[in-house]
Amino acid sequence: MTDLDTAPHTAVALRGGHLPRYAPAIAGVVAIAAGALIGITVHWNLAGIAILAVLLYMVGLTIWSRLVENARRATDRLVTSLVWVALSLAFIPLFSLLYETVSKGAGAINGKFLTWTMRNVIDAPGGIYHAIVGTLLITLAATVIAVPVGLLSAIYLVEYGGPSRLARWIRFLVDVMTGIPSIVAGLFAYALFSLIIGPGTQFGIGGGVALSLLMIPIVVRSTEEMLKLVPHDLREASYALGVPKWKTIVKVVLPTAMAGIITGVTLAIARVIGETAPLLIICGSTDSLNTNLFHGQMTSLPVFIYTSYTQAGANPEILQKMAWGAALVLIVIVMVLNVLARVAGRFFAPKTGH
Amino acid sequence: MAKSIDVSDLNIYYGDFLAVENVNMTITARSVTALIGPSGCGKSTFLRTLNRMHEVIPGARVQGKVLVDGQSLYDPQVDPVEVRRMVGMVFQRPNPFPTMSIYENVLAGLRLNNKRLSKSDADTVVERSLQGANLWTEVKDRLNKPGMGLSGGQQQRLCIARAIAVEPQVLLMDEPCSALDPISTSAVEDLIHELKEQYTIVIVTHNMQQAARVSEDTAFFNLSAAGKPGRLVEMNPTKKIFSVPDEEATEAYISGRFG
Repeated sequence: MTDLDTAPHTAVALRGGHLPRYAPAIAGVVAIAAGALIGITVHWNLAGIAILAVLLYMVGLTIWSRLVENARRATDRLVTSLVWVALSLAFIPLFSLLYETVSKGAGAINGKFLTWTMRNVIDAPGGIYHAIVGTLLITLAATVIAVPVGLLSAIYLVEYGGPSRLARWIRFLVDVMTGIPSIVAGLFAYALFSLIIGPGTQFGIGGGVALSLLMIPIVVRSTEEMLKLVPHDLREASYALGVPKWKTIVKVVLPTAMAGIITGVTLAIARVIGETAPLLIICGSTDSLNTNLFHGQMTSLPVFIYTSYTQAGANPEILQKMAWGAALVLIVIVMVLNVLARVAGRFFAPKTGH
Repeated sequence: MAKSIDVSDLNIYYGDFLAVENVNMTITARSVTALIGPSGCGKSTFLRTLNRMHEVIPGARVQGKVLVDGQSLYDPQVDPVEVRRMVGMVFQRPNPFPTMSIYENVLAGLRLNNKRLSKSDADTVVERSLQGANLWTEVKDRLNKPGMGLSGGQQQRLCIARAIAVEPQVLLMDEPCSALDPISTSAVEDLIHELKEQYTIVIVTHNMQQAARVSEDTAFFNLSAAGKPGRLVEMNPTKKIFSVPDEEATEAYISGRFG
């Protein structure tokens, strides 16, 4: 027996105090009750009471945890509460917006609203079919222009350009493009077609060009990030089979990144589908259905909403209600696009076999 | 169809950096040649020059000659893509194509090279390649499942099947077993034994027992100091290398007294 064996061990406590699992719920109830009590006695409104309750909850739970548990757990609970508060703050505008749009717009939606246009409709509820068609056509045109340009640019940047001077310039210019105000894109398209066709030309494809200017940088940057994520191993595996570079890109790299590319394109579409200012300039507005992108003015949903609110006429409540309905339809279209993109993304995603 | 490889006065560069210097070597047809040596000595770099995969890395280039059955690989008129069809490669980490099934992975080399295959021909190629890679019995009931769903060892054998499906004349293997467990390693080694009947195989390995087990000839690479280029120290029949090597450095490396 040596001294070492008999040396006293300091016991390390692995066990410690624990708050019950429902501690946050208890703290929450107590904080709301206390907040309401204080708030009502000093005549605060609901927002004041809510803020007070949140503060009481965070302070109370942290102190309680500090007393029963330890400092690390107390910090953990404080930061967890902060994260939840931040999340709720971010959600408040979203839910408020959705609630407002649904409550004001749902009443306007019916069969006539979705299938009629506003042609020869005066002082009566009409339909927004022309605006829905306009939005879909203009956005489709913008996508058809922007996706090939954006995709090929991203392929150049990742697969061919690399760190070269040209590629760095293109990246810089794409970043600059991201910052173009949408109204400037509209003015550009207007000026472009005024020069090519004639002054004052307003038609759908012009809107497509304007929106594609806004889409291209988003498509380039998101596609570039996705292509960079494709492991270099896969490219080498393909080269080692004697597959040429372009075919490796088309058959191996793009399919592997397809899910992410589709998500990026959808985000770009969602970004431009609600644009008003450029379309107001280059597409104008009309009450009739126009399915020809290359001739005549074309109304889109955002422009319809704008004109309905600003030029509401003798019976403003009719057109204003329709504007809310149109806003709801626009939100639904964006959501449907997102869901479709998710489904498509899952369909194309690399399979793991589990 | 297997071919011998003659390498003479080969210098390999990354940009201005000379990575491997002055390699002279003859690799016999229908045999296994192992490349051993410490990390960073240029074994993998040298291996990649044998099918012009080296130049995939920006700035990488070579000087000197590599002849496969008398044809120079680095002749200006030679298309690197054609070289890679003739000299297949298996990598350190299994890398099946994630968007493809097992079946499609095996056929990738042919399909991506625009070979028109009838369904029955394709089935034959898939079965023959998977048989060749000792994987057929394990996957024959799930050929349409994704290749990524297989275990690591199976994925590596799938990659070997993919490489031999295009019927190359030389097969390069860059530490093919370093990510595998002993059972999968043993399966791959058995496979190498069978493949050498038809193919010229060059294998890089860190596992000296593996080099001793699978190869006929062994080449020992080393670098004289950090930052200096790697070089070929000695190349001899494996039996000789592991019993009475010519060079002191080889003896030291093999017996573990490295330094």
